[in-house]
Amino acid sequence: MKFGVVVFPGSNCDYDCQHVLSEVLGQETEMLWHENRDLKECDCIILPGGFSYGDYLRTGAIARFSPVMESIRNFIEGGGLVIGICNGFQILVESQLLPGALLPNQPGHFICRYVYLRVENSETPFTRLFYPGEVIRIPIAHHQGNYFIPDSSLVTLQNNRQILFRYCDAEGQINPESNPNGSVDAIAGIMSSSQNIMGMMPHPERSSEDLLGSQDGKRIFLSVIQWWEEKQHAKK
Amino acid sequence: MPRNEQIQVARELGLRDEEYQRILDILKRLPTPTELAMFSVEWSEHCGYPHSRRWFELFPREGKFPVLVGEDAGGIVYQGQAIVFKMESHNHPSQVEPRQGAATGIGGIIRDIFGSGARPIACLDSLHFGPSENARSNFIFKGVVDGIAFYGNCVGVPTVAGELYFHPSYQGNCLVNVMSVGIAPQNRLAKSWAKGKGNLIIYAGNRTGRDGIGGCSILASQEFSGQDEKRPSVQIGDPFTEKCLIEATLEALATGFLVGIKDMGAAGLTCSSSEMAAAGGSGVKIYLDRIPVREKAMEPWEIMMSESQERMLLCVKKGYENSILQIFHKWGLEAVVVGEVVDGDKITIALDNQIVADIPAQELTKPPIYTPPAEKPAYLKTINRLNWNNIPLPENWNEVLFQLIGSPNLCSRHSIFEQYDHMVQINTTILPGNGTVVLRMKNFPWGIAVTTDCNPVFCYLDPYQGTQIVIAEAARNLAACGAQPAGITDCLNFGNPQKPDRYWQFIEAVKGISDACKFFNLPVVSGNVSFYNESPTGPIHPTPTIGMIGIIEKVEKAVNAFFKEEGDCLILLGETREEFGGSEYLRIIHNLELGPIPKLDLQAEKNLQEFLIEAGQQGLVHSASDLSEGGLACALGEGCLCGEKPIGCSVTLDDLPNIRLDALLFGESCGRALISCKSEKTPILEKLAQNKKVPFFIIGKVTGKNLTIRKNQQSIISVPIEDLRKAWYRTW
Repeated sequence: MKFGVVVFPGSNCDYDCQHVLSEVLGQETEMLWHENRDLKECDCIILPGGFSYGDYLRTGAIARFSPVMESIRNFIEGGGLVIGICNGFQILVESQLLPGALLPNQPGHFICRYVYLRVENSETPFTRLFYPGEVIRIPIAHHQGNYFIPDSSLVTLQNNRQILFRYCDAEGQINPESNPNGSVDAIAGIMSSSQNIMGMMPHPERSSEDLLGSQDGKRIFLSVIQWWEEKQHAKK
Repeated sequence: MPRNEQIQVARELGLRDEEYQRILDILKRLPTPTELAMFSVEWSEHCGYPHSRRWFELFPREGKFPVLVGEDAGGIVYQGQAIVFKMESHNHPSQVEPRQGAATGIGGIIRDIFGSGARPIACLDSLHFGPSENARSNFIFKGVVDGIAFYGNCVGVPTVAGELYFHPSYQGNCLVNVMSVGIAPQNRLAKSWAKGKGNLIIYAGNRTGRDGIGGCSILASQEFSGQDEKRPSVQIGDPFTEKCLIEATLEALATGFLVGIKDMGAAGLTCSSSEMAAAGGSGVKIYLDRIPVREKAMEPWEIMMSESQERMLLCVKKGYENSILQIFHKWGLEAVVVGEVVDGDKITIALDNQIVADIPAQELTKPPIYTPPAEKPAYLKTINRLNWNNIPLPENWNEVLFQLIGSPNLCSRHSIFEQYDHMVQINTTILPGNGTVVLRMKNFPWGIAVTTDCNPVFCYLDPYQGTQIVIAEAARNLAACGAQPAGITDCLNFGNPQKPDRYWQFIEAVKGISDACKFFNLPVVSGNVSFYNESPTGPIHPTPTIGMIGIIEKVEKAVNAFFKEEGDCLILLGETREEFGGSEYLRIIHNLELGPIPKLDLQAEKNLQEFLIEAGQQGLVHSASDLSEGGLACALGEGCLCGEKPIGCSVTLDDLPNIRLDALLFGESCGRALISCKSEKTPILEKLAQNKKVPFFIIGKVTGKNLTIRKNQQSIISVPIEDLRKAWYRTW
């Protein structure tokens, strides 16, 4: 499987994603420069974390206009898989490829630490290697990860089972104390109704090696790889 | 301008009359205004170190591993990889404008690292403020933390460690010391010179504005008098440009077309151009009309003195300039050819075909050296006369523990470092708060451990030995996780060197660093001096901050500090003496700041370090932490609390020396560490301790939900861990 990692000026988790995909998981990985429209026949595109174009304006507000995003829109229409992590999620929301908005954290400052997530839907290309309701440990690192969506749209998300991860405590309970940033419904990650775009604030690439204290994030990438390989197999 | 008028201008720029005379001797004519400005910044305390430079000769430059000593940053070499590191102060800008002062401090130190050709992989911050109850101090503290988060998070270099220390002596003059670490294959390191006639000088990065003019000569080289308006001297940081500059610079260096490179930091274009010329033994000519400026009407001396941030100066092989320019343009940065390497040895500045400065580069970069009188401070005659008998023993030890572990200098730092991205680049294997921070090196089995340390109270009570204790403590800190201490950088923060008592403190501290480093075989690879840290309320405590790097051979065996398993054995290493001079206990509980400070036995420290490294790397221990501020009781508390899942412990002091209980619990005797291990490992550890001549005391075990300490069957301390956590886990 071939992954593409987009490099915006200001991306800073691009090489972390590349390390995990190519060194840890042994997948072919291309770096995709923001000004190029060529996606180099990648099967899954990662929009990595960081501060694209400095994010001095609203996060992701400039990145959505970059040439590479035009190609990614077409790629998505053709059913291509896209994962937005942290700033990548912000860009996807800003591009209206995923619903909702990401507001400044409720504590008003940047938060970097491990959090617990509950897997809310384990029947997706991104989460199929988790058990339903499994509690996993993945770090967050953001200033604007407070997910907002109006009530009416939230119901749609819930009904379509588009919510993939919610912040919880070590026992899997969802309560105000376990919600680090004030997100509506403790939402940490969602997917599109078309099931091929995922956005999440936590960083799976930071929890993909034993040495770093958790390998829970790795299973997201492994899910995608397994899903894709099965699809290839079915095609044959 | 006639000479008698010019000497006035020179004085306003911070030049002494004899320095002005020396300029006349060098040039054999009156200097132009631009030349005068260039001399004033290059010879300032902040750039030229006139009061401190001669003492650096005392520092050892060799150690266990090959050493690189550079102008901007030095380092050590391990298995072909250069680990480059340096610490620098941004005290005065942060006192004036906390957020931008701290932010640009980080920007500056990171540029020093990637300017040497290394990729920055970590930042550390050693911060000292007035008491947090004071509104102004609290404002500065919050602003500095915010500035570090603003700049550090965006630039993509993890902020992994540091210190936070509150003391009244920093009330009118905070300290913001920032350190950065980078790595590069040794053969990829860059030179900071300009060489080869005809090669071109390229300016890259942000435009030059009027910000920061005289930042080093005016702001950082005088004390705060309490009335001057110095705000225009502070610069504004742009972390996005810095991030692009990191990537573009490293990409440019990889082409092999760069001859040399230097960042424009303190003293801006003056410093970078003249020092590159001097280092290369070349002449350099700069055409000022080509420098990208923010406003048109800037005077030549303003352009030469500006400290606008995020700028680099490059020397490029002739014929390859376009490929280099293209790299910077690709990253959205401005880059233009602004000059060339010429015959001779002068730095020549031209504006519209007129020469506005023409100075021998070697002379400009050789500031005068001053050795003003030094005199032992008067306070030292009386301050080391602590009389134990006058110190009453507290009645409620639980209360003392709560008070200490919840005090501003000892409580948890979670709510601070959680505001910094300390994981980006995915190398941080021991996270801040869990013990000594360890970074793995991708593709290598080894890693590095990093720490910054200082104990200003010890250094105030005894500058020489206090500084040695700081070095010993930093080394102990690294050894605790299993790392071999490998080298140091320092940031020496003192008062006005023209006052003999302050200068004496400085000299003592330098000797302390030098002697301790020689003993431990540690090179001083880089450093920085910040003088004039005084306000109307007096000087700061002497604060020689030490940044230390250690090599950890098997990174997967790195040991963190928290207790893990029910039933694990707790062992105290080292000798506990009846010492509590200079301790936090004495300061917080008895409101006294008196010596003598604890005894330091360098050999015992070395033995303990060896023990910790061997035990850790052999996988014999579950946790290890050094004992420092707050003593044994606070170390036990932290061991219980600093992991993901807090756990209690039960300790008895019966086997320890029969000394005053407060010294036993909260004294800060040197050369001690606390480890936990599976009980079956104790015999082998005890044997190792015997071999290494390390005093070894089994004091209890990890268990339950309380922290209990007993002596002679009597309960001394017994507190629920949950209550202790509430006291310790402070949100600022």
